[in-house]
Amino acid sequence: MTKVLEVKDLELSFHTFAGEVKAIRGVNFDLHKGETLAVVGESGSGKSVTTKSIMRLLPKSSAEYKNGQILFEGKDLTKIPEKDMQKIRGKDISMIFQDPMTSLNPTMTIGRQIMEPILKHQKLNKSQARKQTIELLNLVGIPNAENRYKMYPHQFSGGQRQRIVIAIALACNPKVLIADEPTTALDVTIQAQILELMKDIQKKTDTSIIFITHDLGVVANVADRVAVMYGGRIVEIGTVDEIFYNPQHPYTWGLLSSMPSMDLEDQKLYAIPGTPPDLLNPPKGDAFALRSEYAMKIDMERQPPFFKVSDTHYAATWLLHPQAPQVEPPALIIERMKTFKGSRYYVDQTGGTV
Amino acid sequence: MSDNLIEVRNLKQYFNAGKSTEVRAIDDISFTIKRGETFGLVGESGCGKSTTGRTIIRLYDATAGQVLYNGVDVHAPKSKKENHELNRKMQMIFQDPYASLNPRMKVLDIIAEGLDIHGLVKGKTERKQRVIDLLETVGLNREHAERYPHEFSGGQRQRIGIARALAVDPEFIIADEPISALDVSIQAQVVNLLKELQEEKGLTYLFIAHDLSMVKYISDRIGVMYFGKLVEMAPADELYRNPMHAYTKSLLSAIPLPDPIYERSRVRHPYNPKDHQYGPDEKVEFHEIAPEHFVLCSEKELAEMQATRV
Ligand SMILES: Nc1ncnc2c1ncn2[C@@H]1O[C@H](COP(=O)(O)OP(=O)(O)OP(=O)(O)O)[C@@H](O)[C@H]1O
Ligand SMILES: Nc1ncnc2c1ncn2[C@@H]1O[C@H](COP(=O)(O)OP(=O)(O)OP(=O)(O)O)[C@@H](O)[C@H]1O
Ligand SMILES: [Mg+2]
Ligand SMILES: [Mg+2]
Repeated sequence: MTKVLEVKDLELSFHTFAGEVKAIRGVNFDLHKGETLAVVGESGSGKSVTTKSIMRLLPKSSAEYKNGQILFEGKDLTKIPEKDMQKIRGKDISMIFQDPMTSLNPTMTIGRQIMEPILKHQKLNKSQARKQTIELLNLVGIPNAENRYKMYPHQFSGGQRQRIVIAIALACNPKVLIADEPTTALDVTIQAQILELMKDIQKKTDTSIIFITHDLGVVANVADRVAVMYGGRIVEIGTVDEIFYNPQHPYTWGLLSSMPSMDLEDQKLYAIPGTPPDLLNPPKGDAFALRSEYAMKIDMERQPPFFKVSDTHYAATWLLHPQAPQVEPPALIIERMKTFKGSRYYVDQTGGTV
Repeated sequence: MSDNLIEVRNLKQYFNAGKSTEVRAIDDISFTIKRGETFGLVGESGCGKSTTGRTIIRLYDATAGQVLYNGVDVHAPKSKKENHELNRKMQMIFQDPYASLNPRMKVLDIIAEGLDIHGLVKGKTERKQRVIDLLETVGLNREHAERYPHEFSGGQRQRIGIARALAVDPEFIIADEPISALDVSIQAQVVNLLKELQEEKGLTYLFIAHDLSMVKYISDRIGVMYFGKLVEMAPADELYRNPMHAYTKSLLSAIPLPDPIYERSRVRHPYNPKDHQYGPDEKVEFHEIAPEHFVLCSEKELAEMQATRV
């Protein structure tokens, strides 16, 4: 597997009137060629800040890279001059934001908006760029593109606008596409179309995608791997099956248990108690400990390192320490684990526990 | 007193009626909501869900048809006192907890606004005590009263919105996508809270959403809308087990579930209204295919559906 992007020990803070907000507190992950890595986690856990730090889109006045590296094609994106970053942004790495209306310019035709990055980053003349624009619009499923590329954003529906935003992001065949909640504002039918479109394009272009969402159904649908964030760190990372069927971190357990399941009825939904950690004064140990019924003394004192569950699966919880007592995950999680071969609750077809 | 708190009869809401820009946002829909029940309304963006809620609560006048609240036509002329009383009984919780709270007002005053308008409290102490009680009901505490909306998380803000709606002791609450903007664990908090309040106070809800898994969880009955029309209506379980209308099937087939193995094999069934191939004289009506399960279809389709229904 080729690594396209490596984020190493990233720490980032915001300087505010109230003090230093330690938004990213040691994030590590690799992005492989052609894969989709989903990033999930509570509101405020640092998903958007992590990806904006890759794009260097954070306010210079308040954001400070405290430590770590973001390696892309041998360059550390936290260090290169802004001039070099501009050549990467929108060309090699591009981003789709949640709200299509705020990322499109209402006073410019959509054709011009798509052509802009093409003319900026590729050596094409206007008529070649126009041809490519129309091809892109066809690719994202805008019918009658020859005529419609002259239209303005308000003349398209919400789903079509999000397709146009995707077309702009794809204009220069990026190696990395970052999608921050690209379908949250859309209804399920249009969401399904957009997800299918993104997968389709990925197959054709082998783009690597970082996909941020809080919808675990969407994650199950699009992700190859999943990173779970909590309090400015990744607390668990693994293949999509490992995270959904053999989760190890109590926060991941809580997250998966909060979803209503289609078959268990009339039970109260599980809601994670308590409130998110204060990033002005982040807790010393496991940031989730105060909200976790599984917390041990050491969780209050020392930050857990990543423990290896498999070659592809790591979780930062002291529960995985060899000396930790064995605990029972919540019932719903055990149900999930029963279907997963490597888990200690695995029940094979014949019914015996392995 | 009838069982039905809300009766919507042949309601129509046309914007810019008669002009070239006419939009038939609601096009002849009828349904009832029983006292203490949660009625879920789902359908794609722009199908008319919010317009339905807003017309019921009288933010819009109806183009045609009626909405009965406890047997009384809400849109008919009324005395000032009657209007006032109806405004109190029906409350709305909005989709966006960020936009719907005035950023310059303290939480205390946001929640007390309705109390003041309806003259429900006498004096400062009672006003404050009532707000504190409400904050505690929704899982917040007295310290929160003196703060401003931007100091709260999304879930907490949505709780403030709920406290504001509860302040005037309503009977009926329209929740227009109250959880769509929140993350999963906070969604669970808000949904649990709405359910608890319903049990305690016997509230009746109209719950509008596009997240079908939550709608199934919270609703007793669900209506599915498509382009201003109700195409199917059934008890929640029945709708999920036995969807009959092609649009409902398509909607259900589009929901991604938190289950990667299922997701790898899920097949989506896109809906194309042309597939019905209705003849020019064919009547398309709401038919009851099973007890309390209604489908918008022709006689011919009804026969076919009845044959295949399990
Ligand atoms: N410009 C900023 N100044 C100060 N703090 C900030 C700034 N941007 C983000 N933060 C803080 O950094 C933390 C991480 O925010 P981030 O936007 O990454 O969250 P998120 O995981 O994307 O959440 P959501 O799911 O709500 O989008 C939060 O505590 C947030 O308040
Ligand atoms: N005040 C208005 N004037 C003109 N048209 C309107 C007005 N309000 C809504 N519409 C139109 O009526 C239709 C129904 O809108 P409505 O807001 O009820 O949809 P919705 O089902 O709530 O959609 P969403 O899920 O996107 O909130 C849409 O076509 C909309 O553009
Ligand atoms: Mg974000
Ligand atoms: Mg709406």
